[in-house]
Amino acid sequence: MPKDQGIGASTKRREDVRFLTGAGNYTDDINVHGQAYVHFLRSDVAHGTINGINTSAAEGMPGVVRIFTGADFEGVGGLPCGWQVTDKNGEPMQEPAHPVLAQGKVRHVGDPIAAVVADSLEEARNAAEAIELDITELDPVVDMKAAVAGGAKVHDDLSSNLCYDWQFGSETEAVEKAFAEAAHVTTLELVNQRMVANPMEPRVAVGDYSRANDESTLYTTSQNPHVIRLLMGAFVLGIPEHKLRVVAPDVGGGFGTKIFHYAEEAFCTFAAKACNRAVKWTASRSEAFMSDAHGRDHVTTIKLALDKDNNFTAVHTDTYANMGAYLSTFAPSVPTWLHGTLMAGNYKTPNVQVNVKAVFTTTVPVDAYRGAGRPEATFQLERVIDKAARELGLDPIALRRQNFVTQFPYATPVAVEYDTGDYHATMDKMEELIDVKGFAARRAESEKRGKLRGLGINCFIEACGIAPSNLVGQLGARAGLYDAATVRVNATGSISVMVGAHSHGQGHETAFPQVVAEMLGIDENMIDIVHGDSSKIPFGMGTYGSRSIAVCGSAMVRATEKIINKAKKIASHLLEASEADIELKDGQFSVAGTDKSVAWGDVTLAAYVPHNYPLEDIEPGLEETAFYDPANFTYPAGAYACEVEVDPDTGAVDLVAFVSADDFGNVINPMIVEGQVHGGIAQGIGQALLENCAYDENGQLLSASYMDYAMPRADDLPNMANYRVDHSCQTPCTHNPLGVKGCGEAGAIGSPPTVINAIVDALQSGGHKVDHIDMPATPQRVWEAMNG
Amino acid sequence: MYSFDMESPSTVADAAKALGQDEAQALGGGQTLIPTLKQRLASPSVLVSLAGIAEMKGVCTADDGSLAIGGGTTHATVAAEAGAYAALAALAGNIGDPAVRNRGTIGGSLANNDPSACYPSAALGSGATIVTNKREIAADDYFQGMFATALDEGEIITEVRFPVPEKASYMKFEQPASRFALVGVFVAKYADGVRVAVTGASEEGVYRWSEAEAALSANFSADAVPAAPSGDGMISDLHASGDYRAHLVGVMTKRAVAAAS
Ligand SMILES: Cc1cc2nc3c(=O)[nH]c(=O)nc-3n(C[C@H](O)[C@H](O)[C@H](O)COP(=O)(O)OP(=O)(O)OC[C@H]3O[C@@H](n4cnc5c(N)ncnc54)[C@H](O)[C@@H]3O)c2cc1C
Repeated sequence: MPKDQGIGASTKRREDVRFLTGAGNYTDDINVHGQAYVHFLRSDVAHGTINGINTSAAEGMPGVVRIFTGADFEGVGGLPCGWQVTDKNGEPMQEPAHPVLAQGKVRHVGDPIAAVVADSLEEARNAAEAIELDITELDPVVDMKAAVAGGAKVHDDLSSNLCYDWQFGSETEAVEKAFAEAAHVTTLELVNQRMVANPMEPRVAVGDYSRANDESTLYTTSQNPHVIRLLMGAFVLGIPEHKLRVVAPDVGGGFGTKIFHYAEEAFCTFAAKACNRAVKWTASRSEAFMSDAHGRDHVTTIKLALDKDNNFTAVHTDTYANMGAYLSTFAPSVPTWLHGTLMAGNYKTPNVQVNVKAVFTTTVPVDAYRGAGRPEATFQLERVIDKAARELGLDPIALRRQNFVTQFPYATPVAVEYDTGDYHATMDKMEELIDVKGFAARRAESEKRGKLRGLGINCFIEACGIAPSNLVGQLGARAGLYDAATVRVNATGSISVMVGAHSHGQGHETAFPQVVAEMLGIDENMIDIVHGDSSKIPFGMGTYGSRSIAVCGSAMVRATEKIINKAKKIASHLLEASEADIELKDGQFSVAGTDKSVAWGDVTLAAYVPHNYPLEDIEPGLEETAFYDPANFTYPAGAYACEVEVDPDTGAVDLVAFVSADDFGNVINPMIVEGQVHGGIAQGIGQALLENCAYDENGQLLSASYMDYAMPRADDLPNMANYRVDHSCQTPCTHNPLGVKGCGEAGAIGSPPTVINAIVDALQSGGHKVDHIDMPATPQRVWEAMNG
Repeated sequence: MYSFDMESPSTVADAAKALGQDEAQALGGGQTLIPTLKQRLASPSVLVSLAGIAEMKGVCTADDGSLAIGGGTTHATVAAEAGAYAALAALAGNIGDPAVRNRGTIGGSLANNDPSACYPSAALGSGATIVTNKREIAADDYFQGMFATALDEGEIITEVRFPVPEKASYMKFEQPASRFALVGVFVAKYADGVRVAVTGASEEGVYRWSEAEAALSANFSADAVPAAPSGDGMISDLHASGDYRAHLVGVMTKRAVAAAS
């Protein structure tokens, strides 16, 4: 019998009632009395020197409150970068200034130059058109390899366009030796294209200021309001925490792009004080395309060495990673610590070395996007393994199995230690779900209809539950990555849990109470979580890196344990029994071995109405806080497969089936987990087949709207009967109290190479000697691959 | 958007008068024009909505047997009511999404003449007649290149008349983002010959592929479709090269012939 409450129950998402009936409270729904509106005048050239900005005509336009330019921010800090990477020579990365409004130069299409605050948005836009810009265009810097070879510099005060040249993993000598001694070496050059995250809700910021108490409030579309308070308060505007409140209410999707601290947030907070009036900004979709941090954009050469028995002996990669024009908040960590540490994959390869050159270009900054670094690692590794299997005439499943890590814990050559896993189990499950044995017959049937059918398989591992603070501190993080929760039990026994994680689609409002309900044995509906407001929750690093339940959920467990301990003390007093004899089950405290008991509600009431209460031993009230810093990352892993049919006449790819077998450890709410995987896979399929953020050679963004940027839609996915996600293989995490690993990114990590492997398989079956197709595998690319 | 005045006449005559004003522009379903206004790429001072003009709406069979569609008829209505010309109804039913189909109109689509739009290929492929408040224009004279038509300023498409063919089919290969036609081919077989109109492909906008027409008029079968045209003069953009589009013209024409009914 599936449970209908608590851990393991597929409780329906309570927040959906609000979202689906139009009762959500998104940032754009927040209107502060008397607010003004800001419109940003943005650069329409990729690179240029600002000679002058004449705002005099614009200032006289109707409704204008004030016009700001870079000059207004000269005494203000720039947007900080939260991670410092050290390069292979031990030098810190090159870190350019990132002004709130452009100073001296514009560095990408969309770079904000001036901001017009006016009574209405219409008036702000009108006045922005009257601003006269004198900009001398400079050579754009678009291609990464050309950017490091010389030519125009994005930042004149840096020595070059190279942010860092990073090397990580096994010693060069050992890697070279392994390649020299290899029986076979497979090399692959590939591109992990630039992406736009495109959450359904565009970014919004509302700055407010109270002269009465010198307090600033920022309402913003953020995945982590405390991180924004920290970065903006301490580094940009110099506002102490107790005078700065950051609220992230309902947020309509983030996918990473709402982690970062953006110029518009700092601007609205600053301008609200400067104008003594609330200031609101709502991104248009066009602005989102040119101002939300983009994702991925790696160009890589990967080499795999195998011995005569087909054991992997070494992996070596050389990657160029695009940073864009400035360093977005966590940008430097993505191609390094979130990518290099996963380059061992599921395999016991003894030598792994990762080399990454991070490059400045005159494009929108690039930062974490669902999966962040791990999809890049998985794509390279799984593509090169597939190619090796083909070159050696081996079964790609067998080759992978032969090289799997099977002993845990396993310390990789790239610094991380996998605590647990069972890669054969997920592979077995995947083979069953896709029906590998029946593939030949399905291929023959497709061929009868003139279609080329391919089967693609793939394994992945990721590091989630981000992250042990002492470790990431050594790696250059400028923040800790613990999380916090306060469990506030009210007098009648209902509970508010203030959590540092932020829900923007993940269903925390449903899943978190399931855990507390399970621990206390009370009804889930007696428990609510509170999130997204720095004035209400103790602290929190927010939601990304599939960390919410693994890290914040663990803090919540710890706080609930404290609650149980104290409640037992109260119960022992009420029951006149020894504390050691008190048991909590189904919301009843009882004395072991007797029929004496007291209900949860009686204990909570006693805590707040302490007439009969051990006041000399414990305080009244029932509220506990815990901070939790994980001992290790968690390592979800899985095996994915898909089947495609390629139309040889047009190159069009039809994805006919997709299955995933994931190991997420323990699962709190299976329905929510499946939804996360469905969505993640859809995004990965989007990357594999459709999405492409493209710049032309002048640095103009070509895919700047949905007319040109293709998002995956329902009919791009297999029908539900052939779209199956499974998480029945469970090796619980060994170091967090729930045994959970995190499921938010798996789908987006595991699916892109699965699809490309399948397309290559299909084309090979048609006699086309195609080794690789870059993403997105558009019909034209596939057709050209077939037709030389 | 810049601010503008709005007029909602209920007759073609009043609409024509309203459109005589300075910087007046007709508003059909707004599915092209409204996004343009929102981006401040157009700034008409008066928008004259055609949505309330009953005489411009609906589908019927004219005395000569052709299918007459009011210029203000939505794609959804054509999809539902143009059963007498199944290929045309199918084309309309696959434009955009339900919201677009419930607002967008045939007159707006033909007036706009987007090089990737579907309707122009049906009008040209059927040898339709574009009826305006002033005159009747043969499709062969009407389309004059990307976004260019024979319409005068302020001229209103009130009706489009489609001779109904023996067999026809429209094959659309979708651009993955917008789902407009990356290449669309409309093939119609009439007693006096076959017409083949291609949209999405040429830098000149919708055009007739005369080699294919000649070959198919002699032998209406997929095998008779000539080799794909050259990629010269074909649109080359983020989504497809000219050569790939040219290749698709051949493939989609064959498929349209095979599917024609
Ligand atoms: C998301 C989306 C997807 C789409 N997909 C497709 C597609 O797959 N295929 C396709 O063909 N189209 C597609 N379209 C375009 C759609 O068909 C539009 O409706 C059509 O192009 C314009 O028609 P409208 O009635 O909306 O015209 P409007 O946008 O109102 O006007 C367009 C132009 O025509 C003029 N005009 C309007 N009506 C008349 C008239 N009766 N006489 C003279 N001038 C007039 C206007 O002044 C304006 O210049 C899509 C649009 C959207 C938004």
